[in-house]
Amino acid sequence: MNLQNIISEIEKADPEVYDRLDTRRSAMKKFANLSGKVAVASIPFALGSMFKTAYGQSNSTVNDVLNFALTLEYLEAEFYNNIVGSPGYMTASAAAQGALSKIKDDENKHVAFLKSVLGAAAVAKPTFDFTAGNGSNTGPFAGYLGFYAVQLAMAQTFEDTGVRAYKGQAPALQGNRTVLTAALEIHSVEARHASHIRQMRRALNAAVPAGQTVKPWITLNQSGIDFPAGNAAIQKSYNGEEVVTQAGVTITGIGGNSFIDAKAASEAFDEPLTTAQILDIVDPFIV
Amino acid sequence: MLDTKTEVSQPDLIYEATAKPFSRRKFFGIVGAGTAIMATAAACKKDDNNSSNDGVNLGSGDTGILNYAYALEQLEAAFYTQVIMTPYASISALEMEYLTDIRNHEVAHRELFKAALAGNAIVALEVNFSSIDFTSRTSVLATAKAFEDLGVTAYNGAGQLISTTSAGATYLTLAGKIVSVEARHAALIADLISNGTFANTVDGMGLDSARTPSEVLAIAGAYIKTKINASNLPS
Repeated sequence: MNLQNIISEIEKADPEVYDRLDTRRSAMKKFANLSGKVAVASIPFALGSMFKTAYGQSNSTVNDVLNFALTLEYLEAEFYNNIVGSPGYMTASAAAQGALSKIKDDENKHVAFLKSVLGAAAVAKPTFDFTAGNGSNTGPFAGYLGFYAVQLAMAQTFEDTGVRAYKGQAPALQGNRTVLTAALEIHSVEARHASHIRQMRRALNAAVPAGQTVKPWITLNQSGIDFPAGNAAIQKSYNGEEVVTQAGVTITGIGGNSFIDAKAASEAFDEPLTTAQILDIVDPFIV
Repeated sequence: MLDTKTEVSQPDLIYEATAKPFSRRKFFGIVGAGTAIMATAAACKKDDNNSSNDGVNLGSGDTGILNYAYALEQLEAAFYTQVIMTPYASISALEMEYLTDIRNHEVAHRELFKAALAGNAIVALEVNFSSIDFTSRTSVLATAKAFEDLGVTAYNGAGQLISTTSAGATYLTLAGKIVSVEARHAALIADLISNGTFANTVDGMGLDSARTPSEVLAIAGAYIKTKINASNLPS
């Protein structure tokens, strides 16, 4: 697939295509760069979702979004399938093992559910490299199977990313009430998982950057994770969470409530990520 | 139907208790009874748009959905405000930290809807927490869990009722930004009650559930004294 040719063709029919895509222009460049890395099957839906923003919903949009979600669920499910029973996992408490096993089951159910909805249109599972090494298996998370704390840091990041991904896709599903509701029903489950993983990290007294505290919710753009090799990759999942303005309204101190500081104002609202931002985050994990 | 005195003064007392404890109470304390009656009449007239014999009218379309969310956030914010004002016995430092955070989040949600709705916002609702024992950890956490799980199902069910307009997409995203925070609260509260139960609401397909506004309001109604009219909401 040649993205530049597609854009050129559209430009002939619609000279304002770049204005319509506007903020997506950098994303287009990124897609061109990523096209060799991201599973080929994922390109059409990523593209479809992007054009949806510019041109409104098409019949294929719902499937595109569902396949996007399915790819993320494949990633989460395989991650938990890998860590449950791993040497690192075996060092955790019985309660922690039970929680990770429960989350593993939920993620595998999400995969099964989305595949059942998509039927023959479902994309195949990509090959993953959970070290974030693009297939080298020597990325920053190399050795994660042996370290429980690293597993929890990765789990937290995947769950928080999943929440932001579903949130970003919701408007694209507005034309299909059933699918939208199902997506929202998965979205809140991912948030429940994120909350619990964060509590597990708090209980573990996991390494956090100076001045940060891990809570069940996201404070500012803080990951609450200090894992030097992976910090750069992890931070992408938290950038943009620090906003304190919603619908044009400043949340800090709103209604004269001085206790709503910037931390509380950012925590009270989780922020969406676009398809392009999500693909950028997961790209190192996809061979 | 509430009597006029209750409709005006009591909700304000409750509301002010959550935000600015003294100003309105002081006002009613200073003015004489005769003046209060006049103020009551004026307030009723002003409220014609969202009050009727059938209760506080949430309105229709996206405004109705936003008022529906505003009503639920008022309930949650009032609850956690009380929890923090009168913490249950032997509350741990960690629980106090978390419940204070949640109070802050819910007040932020309530105030955002109030600001976003502006002149279309419903009045401050009068809550009824007589069934809650705020001195009891068990009672407080059980109620918190009920409210958070209810909130998650409410937002999950409301998403499909929002219009497919450009503004509607913004409101849907806004609801999405809030519902995941409610789900984070719900999971935490469930874990405080019994560790590991963060996702016990999830069904066999791995999904949380959704409720219609009428289902939600039937449950929430036990804690809201003000009668709410949701008959004009989209369905």
